[in-house]
Amino acid sequence: MDIGWTHAAPSILAAFFASLVECVEALTIVLAVGSVRGWRSALGGSGAALVVLPAIVAVLGPALARIPLNIIQIAVGALLLLFGLRWLRKAILRAIGVIPLHDEAAAFAKETARLRAICGAGGWDMAAVAASFQITMLEGIEVVFIVIAIGAGGAGLLAPASLGAVAALLLVVALGLTVHRPLANVPENSLKFVVGVLLSAFGTFWVGEGLAIPWPGGDWAIPVLIVGFLLTAALTMGLCRSRLHRSLPIVARMEHS
Amino acid sequence: MRWLGPIVREIFGLFVDDGSLALIILCWLTVVALLLPQVPVPLAWRGAALFAGLAITLAWSCLRHIARIERHTG
Repeated sequence: MDIGWTHAAPSILAAFFASLVECVEALTIVLAVGSVRGWRSALGGSGAALVVLPAIVAVLGPALARIPLNIIQIAVGALLLLFGLRWLRKAILRAIGVIPLHDEAAAFAKETARLRAICGAGGWDMAAVAASFQITMLEGIEVVFIVIAIGAGGAGLLAPASLGAVAALLLVVALGLTVHRPLANVPENSLKFVVGVLLSAFGTFWVGEGLAIPWPGGDWAIPVLIVGFLLTAALTMGLCRSRLHRSLPIVARMEHS
Repeated sequence: MRWLGPIVREIFGLFVDDGSLALIILCWLTVVALLLPQVPVPLAWRGAALFAGLAITLAWSCLRHIARIERHTG
């Protein structure tokens, strides 16, 4: 691999953490489907999606290679910024308690209740197959986008990004096989915060590269941008908290409602 | 093909949650791409300007969300 660690390490980490969040969300629903409707249909649906997803990568990968690199860097950078800043904003608002945290146990309970209400049939349970196919496709497409977006920024980056995503998938599958229940203790908001920072830094860097903006220090601008977005997020949390303190009666009313 | 609908919605939702945040990010990228080169600033400052605009947009979007909650509850 002819790339420096300043590029490879953040690529692996960003893909790993982002994929971890998506895999945990998919696992919750697949576990719910399996425990209520049987493992054959749950794993069948997931397996079918895992066959379709590499086909999407196989089609998109060569197509991207035909587009000039600076156009890809601008497009992918813009998408990474939309994605990363959206996650970072949500993580900040969740951290200060303005919007509720994502609850895997609640998602599991909701899905099991929904599936119990559907009448089952012998053989392949199509409702179960469809539910696990859909969730694996939904979360899998997000993982595919993250891997392609991180990997498209420069030559040789697809391998570290894929490595991060595969490591996350293996970890979640291993944990799922071990604990057999939703991974409710995963600090999802902290992960989303870290991923939001990493993807925003990558997005800014790719857009700059695509526009031929010379970054001081070259690739070393990536860690500097990561620190920059971390400080921005910390400062924003402080500003939001102080604003909430000034309107404490409103917050108190919200907590009691 | 009914399963495609939620996937398309999910992909759109990947990038757009708060519409105004997405719009301002895209506007700022357009400004940096098209207008900033017309301004006589050193090239090295363009990267800093790109980052600063995005950082301000993030902080503004979070503060705006809180202001909206205050308006709705107060």
